[in-house]
Amino acid sequence: MFLIDCPNIGPRNASEFRFRGEFVERPPNPEDPASDDAWTDFLYMRENKLGVQKEWWYHRPSGTWFIAERHTKTHEIVRTYLWEDRDE
Amino acid sequence: MSIRLLRQALNPDSLTPMWRRPPMKDRYEVVIIGGGINGLGMAYYLAKDHGITDVAVLEKRYIGSGGSGRNTTIVRANYLTPEGVRFYDESLKLYENLTEEFDFNIMLSQRGHLTLAHTDASLRTMRWRAEVNQLQGVNSTVIYPDEIQKLVPHMDLSDRPRFPVMGALYHPPGGIVRHDAVVWGYAHGADKRGVHLHQMTEVTGIDVEDNKVVAVQTTRGRIKTGTVVNATAGWSTVIADMVGVKLPIRTHPLQAVVTEPLKPFLDTVVVSGTLHFYLSQSDRGELVMGAGINPYTSYSLDGTLSFIEGLAAHVLELFPSLAKVRLMRQWAGLCDMTPDYSPILGNTPVEGFLVNVGWGTYGFKAGPVAARRVAEFIATNHMPEVIAPFAYDRFYTGKLVGEKGAAAVGH
Repeated sequence: MFLIDCPNIGPRNASEFRFRGEFVERPPNPEDPASDDAWTDFLYMRENKLGVQKEWWYHRPSGTWFIAERHTKTHEIVRTYLWEDRDE
Repeated sequence: MSIRLLRQALNPDSLTPMWRRPPMKDRYEVVIIGGGINGLGMAYYLAKDHGITDVAVLEKRYIGSGGSGRNTTIVRANYLTPEGVRFYDESLKLYENLTEEFDFNIMLSQRGHLTLAHTDASLRTMRWRAEVNQLQGVNSTVIYPDEIQKLVPHMDLSDRPRFPVMGALYHPPGGIVRHDAVVWGYAHGADKRGVHLHQMTEVTGIDVEDNKVVAVQTTRGRIKTGTVVNATAGWSTVIADMVGVKLPIRTHPLQAVVTEPLKPFLDTVVVSGTLHFYLSQSDRGELVMGAGINPYTSYSLDGTLSFIEGLAAHVLELFPSLAKVRLMRQWAGLCDMTPDYSPILGNTPVEGFLVNVGWGTYGFKAGPVAARRVAEFIATNHMPEVIAPFAYDRFYTGKLVGEKGAAAVGH
């Protein structure tokens, strides 16, 4: 069991969190029919990286959604941050 | 017979290896990446059914070291969708003949398979599955606690469990098989027909020119080829990345445990979606148990304590007499999960790069049909109807084949 540093609360046991998937950028204009493939990619296609992955987590006790950068084999968490604090 | 065994024991050099270790050529007609049931199976059927023997199977470790050697050996055909049922039933029927075909005992035991229902909604789904199964000619019925108790005397079918058992989908043709034997049978069958098996050979790159595959780079050299098949399961995206093909796959570890050997008391496979477990008793008396995938994506093969805690609590709900039984071994394998819990078979946007992936937690039972039919596609360039629903482009056309309920228990 590893620890995750919740941006709101601080380091907590991984069992308090729910993994919510790889971070994927939304397509710029989902209403545009020409972007159907981009929408499919957003819904289904994933990088599934063996390495440091940017992903969503949800801290259940505090209701915090945040992003973590975690190595998918060693589970080392490089950093965690709220979406509004991400690098552009 | 015993004289021969004695002679071989005294002179190990007289033993015939089940597969050779040929030198690696610099060119093959077909290169299959991944030495599990699918990789070896495709090589076997290419050689046996189509006479295509200029084939190399590249395995980065030893054959069967991935999911094929780590699963909990359950085989069945009791899926939910008509196309799913047809597909898995064809596989089960192939399993029924493999021992004879291989001249090697795969220890198939079609002892019966129970999927328990603990709620009204679940019972409704079991009836739905039974109806679809029967329409496809597959033997599945809904049975109730009195009949379940006769099949599994040790299961607690009283009102004591938090979610008592209300009924079950009973599938008599389902059962277990010796997974390693299937891998070895396919390997031997492929090798004796001329296929080259290369273990400890890792693919490090794939060369593409004008959107067409031209060669594979490995830790033992470069191989020219026009046809590459990705059969690497949990590592699918690592390979697909080499040619720039996107896959809707997330890799999650799936753990499993065996207990110490016990006297035979369970001769049916028991599965519960509500309690997230499946269990059977092997021919060595060990209980082989599994549950849901690890909830986060990972390439780690470590076991976790939370897995054992969850599995034990749920199994003991229905089998309280097992409380003192000791767990002997725990392990994990990597599962390539897809959005609809169905595989991805056939062509991709890159010419010559095929996939036989997306097997998630439900791949071993489908190995024979997938291997045989994808081999047929490779040989004839005609997509067999039974695997056509699992094409790569279904994610773009929206025609997903939703089998999560029937495929897995981790929900």
